[in-house]
Parts: sequence; C-alpha cells; structure tokens
Amino acid sequence: MLEFKRDGSKAAICLAPAMLLMSVFTFWPIINSFIMAFLNNYYFAINNADFYNEMMSVPKSYGYFMGGRFTGIGIENFLALFRDKDFLIALKNTAFIVFVSVPITVIIALLISVALNSIKKVRGVFQTVFFLPYVTNTIALGLVFNSLFHVDYGLINKLFNMVGTSWINSGATWGRAMFVLMMYSVWDGLAFKIIVFLSGLQSIDKQYYQAAQIDATPRWRVFWRITVPLLSPMILYITITSFMGAFKVYSSVIGIFGTGRYGPIGNDKLLITIVGYVYEQFNISGMPFGVGSAGSMVLFLIILLITAVQMRVSKKWVHY
Amino acid sequence: MEKKKEEIFENSDERQRTVHHSIEVRLENLTKEFSNKSGKVTVAVNDFSVTIPAGKLIGLLGPSGCGKSTTLYLIAGLLKPTAGSIYFGDEDVTNMPPEKRGIGLVFQNYALYPHMTVKQNIMFPLENMKMPREEALALAQEMAELVHIGDLMDRKPNQLSGGQQQRVAIARALVKRPRVLLLDEPLSNLDARLRLQTREEIRRIQRETGITTIFVTHDQEEAMSISDEIVVMNLGLKQQMDRPQAVYEEPINLFVAKFLGNPPINIFEANLVGGKLVMKDGEVIVEGFTQEDQEVYVGLRPEYLRVSEKGNITARIDLVEHIGRDTMILCEIEGYDHLIRAIVPNDRIFETGEIVKFDCTKLFVFNAETGERYR
Repeated sequence: MLEFKRDGSKAAICLAPAMLLMSVFTFWPIINSFIMAFLNNYYFAINNADFYNEMMSVPKSYGYFMGGRFTGIGIENFLALFRDKDFLIALKNTAFIVFVSVPITVIIALLISVALNSIKKVRGVFQTVFFLPYVTNTIALGLVFNSLFHVDYGLINKLFNMVGTSWINSGATWGRAMFVLMMYSVWDGLAFKIIVFLSGLQSIDKQYYQAAQIDATPRWRVFWRITVPLLSPMILYITITSFMGAFKVYSSVIGIFGTGRYGPIGNDKLLITIVGYVYEQFNISGMPFGVGSAGSMVLFLIILLITAVQMRVSKKWVHY
Repeated sequence: MEKKKEEIFENSDERQRTVHHSIEVRLENLTKEFSNKSGKVTVAVNDFSVTIPAGKLIGLLGPSGCGKSTTLYLIAGLLKPTAGSIYFGDEDVTNMPPEKRGIGLVFQNYALYPHMTVKQNIMFPLENMKMPREEALALAQEMAELVHIGDLMDRKPNQLSGGQQQRVAIARALVKRPRVLLLDEPLSNLDARLRLQTREEIRRIQRETGITTIFVTHDQEEAMSISDEIVVMNLGLKQQMDRPQAVYEEPINLFVAKFLGNPPINIFEANLVGGKLVMKDGEVIVEGFTQEDQEVYVGLRPEYLRVSEKGNITARIDLVEHIGRDTMILCEIEGYDHLIRAIVPNDRIFETGEIVKFDCTKLFVFNAETGERYR
C-alpha cells in the first residue's frame, strides 16, 4: 500500500512539468477562449492607450474579463461570425481542402506503400525520397511551389508552354490557386502516411498472402479483401489525424502566397482558411477577440463532430 | 439453415463433390539450397526422392530443421527448388506457380483471414474461381459440415477455439477440391486433448475425401498414429519411407531407430569380436555376424527386453516406475554409465537394488560411425 502511494507521488512529480506547461499554454487558453466566445462585444485593447482609457471610462454595467470589456453574455459573436463573408469563404475553402485533399492523399499514400512494400531492391531509396517532405520546412516547400507555379518563370508554365497563365500570382482564379494548394497538400501529406502504412504492411503476416496466392486470388482482390481490411486500423488512424490536420490548414497557404496573405496580390483572401480567419481576428489590436474565439469554437465543434462520425462509421469496417 | 443442410445431403450428386480424384505425387532428386547474405549456402533439402501414392495420408517426420517444412513448401510451389522435379501424376509441376497446381495448404497457424467470418473464409477460394454465389454457399456449407463446424459459419476466427480454427482452415483448403492437400504441423498449436481428437478427425476427413494428403510433423506419435506411410527425414535427406509400424520395427539406421519410439530406444556400445556381439562386461549376447571386428551400437527397444533366468544381460535395478498396465524399470549394466530402460509386465514385484537377468526378443546392431544397420 505504501509502495503504491509512493509510486503515485512519483508519477505526480514526473508529470508536473508537462502538466504545468500544458496548463499555461493549452488548458488556460482553451478555457479563456471558450469564455470569450460567449462575451458579447468583447474588446481587448491593452496595446492602445487611448482606446483603453475610453474603454475603462464606460459605465460599470459593462463586464470586464482579462483586461477587456464586454457588454453581455450571449451568442452575438457567433452571429457576427456567420454574418462575416470572410468566414464563410474560409469555411468553404477549408471544407474543400479537407474533403478533397485528405481522401486523395490517403489513397495515393496507400497505393505507394503497397507498391513500395512489394519491391525489395531500392525500397530504401524510395522511402527516403518519399519521406523528405516530412523533414522539410512547410514554408520552404511553399516557396518551392511558389516558384514552380510562378506566372513568368515557373517551371510548370514553361514545361507545358503556358507562360502567362497565373496560378498563384495576381489574376489567378480560385480554381487554379486551389489546384496548387491541393498539389502542395497532397505532396506534403504523403510522407508521414506512407511511413505509417509501410510499417503497418510489414506487420501483416506473410501467410495471408501465401494463402491467397494458393487460392489464385487476383491482385486487386488481395488488395481490397486482405490488405485494406488488415490495414484498416492504420487507415482509420491516418484518416482521423489527417482530417484534424487539414481542418487546421494555415501555414501551407501562407507558404505558397507569402506572408500575411491568403491569396495572390489583389485578392488577399482568396484561399483564406478557418485558422487564417481566426488569426486575423486576433492579429489586429482592439479588434473583436470574441469573434476569433467563436471561430475557434466552431472549428473545434466541426472537428469533434467529424471525428465522432468517423469513429461511428469505422466500427463497421475497421478490424482490430 | 437446417433445411438447407438437408437439401444438400438429400441430393446425392451434391454429396459426390466432397470425393476427390486422387493423384500420385512424385518428387525426384529434389534439392533446395538457401544462401544467406554472407554467401553461406545451407542445403535444406538434399536430393530427396519419394513417391507418394494416390489417395494416401503421408506424414513427413523429422526433427526441427530437417527440411520437412521446406519440402512441403516446395510441393506447394511457394518455394522454387534448386534442382530436381515435382510431378503430380504425370504432370511436371516443378515450374508451375502455386495457384495453378491445385493444392490446398493448411498453415501451421492456419492463416485464417481475421476480418472474415468462417463462411467468408471458406468461400474465399471459390470467389476466385468465379463460382456463382448460391453454389459457393452450398459447397462451403457442405465442407463445413464435413469438418463439423456447420453451425459456426457466422463467427469470426477469433471467436473460435484452436481446434475449430484448424477445421475452418482444412475446410478452406478442401473447398476448391485440390488435387493434393498439404498440412504444415497441423496439430502443433492445439492442446493435448484436442490434438488426439483432431488427428483422428484429419484421418477421417482424408478417408472420406480420398485426397492425397501430405502432412509435416516433428511429433512421432502424431505421424505414426494417422499416416498410411511415414517419411523420416534428417538433415535434408530422406532416411526411410514405409508404414509406421515397419519403420518402428525395422529402422534402416541409427537415426531412425533413435527418432522413433517413446520411451526412447536403449542404445549402448558393444564390440563385434569374431562374429560375436560382446558387451563391455564380457557377455556375449548374440552370434553369427559376418562383419569384421569393430565397435558397434546396440539398439534395444524397452519392450524387447524380457526378464529371464537364462538371460545373458545382467543388470541391477535402479528405479522402478509403475506406468499402469506395465512397469518400467531403469537399470544399470556393469561397464556402462547410462541406464537401460525396460518395460516389463506387472507379474512380479521388482525392488531397487535387485539383480535381474534379461534376454531380448529382438535387437538392432548399428555401425558406430555411419549408423548403418547390420542386424
């Protein structure tokens, strides 16, 4: 019993540093963000002395929270959020990225890993090649795509004899810009998925394949009836984490278009995402933090809902 | 469900489907070498020739690492031989891929697809043959009935016991009516009671289907109890092939004599002097050898020893074990440092320390170097 107690305190001591950091940088902000989302007209103006004085001089009937003031508790932030055209664009862009790029990436990664798993000689070389994007900086990759698709000197335009076609520079259409972002997301997302799928494939007992071979099973049936079901826990894990990651897409957009923009010059918010939108709300001093917080909450709810649906659906086809 | 079963068994044509057309399997000078990364070559199967008669149940028996599983995989086609040929009947299948050979293979750990039900597992080979679903279902059910798992069709493999999984694996191997059924250590994953039951089951299924069956095992009892013939292997070489009792009674060499038998055979050194077999304590056991004088090994199965006043093997009893119907006595012979085991009837009481005399109903004499049998 005493032993057990001592172990408990040891565990507490070991966990303390992590818990402390998590509390300061994760739990506390989440709680605050949640509260802020429900404070009507919450203004935070610590950086603006004039505005601060003005704010502090308003009648006491206003509430104060974390150095900002608000006019009441309710869902006004959410109403403002859904009235904002930018947020609706962000919602549409994000949804498109999530529901198009993730399935494409997962399928391509699966096919590449199965192909890689079936070769022996140069597998290591290919593994390295496919894994490189994972260890490369997002922004650096974005810059590469930026120059690849440049309107005048981009390799793609030169290669396909399309100089003058704007993909990501001014005048680019939503479709073209989104195409580049898709290419980027798929390419960037492949690495980790391939590594996970490969390790999953290698843990599948070879005898299943020998048994299938003896029964003259065609390759595609082996893939669909044996490989995919046996890999389904990995596929579920990858799908859920990829959906979460894709909902939070932000840095890749910045990487492709340049600092502070979510689209080509002249069309700043062409490919703005939810996280981009939230960041914009927090970025400007004196601006409504409440709306940004509400945006975060909406994002959180969407991810929660999608993940719940995935977990529910997965019960039918994931075999542990 | 019940009704379906009846339908299948009422129709005699349908029932005919379980009966297989038997085929002979012939291995000629089969050799398989493996080389590891440093280039070292291991010969797993060495110039192995054997003819397995059609419709028989054959046990490939040997210690682990003797090449018996490799031989099975060569017959299956999952491994390519380095040299030699494999014939199914008159057909040379040496270079034929496994899926064209028409074999059924039951893996040691069964390799049942864990995400499919029993029914789906058994039907899987039929799907590849593009058999209509109704027909496939009926055939799968029939196979399941044959191996007595007809009521477990909707379970997943992890909801079955080891023995049931084994039966599913056999049903899956049999459902496409293979020409040859191969079983890799079929009983090694089962507990003792189930092993006994399953080996009789395998025997029954083999008899009912009449399919040429080859199974691999390291367990002599398993091989002896159900095989029509056994092939004893060691170090990649065929040692002997015969009916189990014949191999036991007339082993061709020292290895086979030592490998078969439980409790194991007694082996002790002796000398051939002028055609007489002389033990270390100077007693002559038998005469009439034509070989030149040399040191030899004598092999005596425990049941070959008989207590007799006129016997010429003198021994002192060290330990008496009662094993039910018989008594096993462990005794010491002068000049030998290991004990001799004898199984004797319970007709008298033996005491530790007592001196007894044995004669033997039968004995084997082997060349001390080559293990070749003289008598």
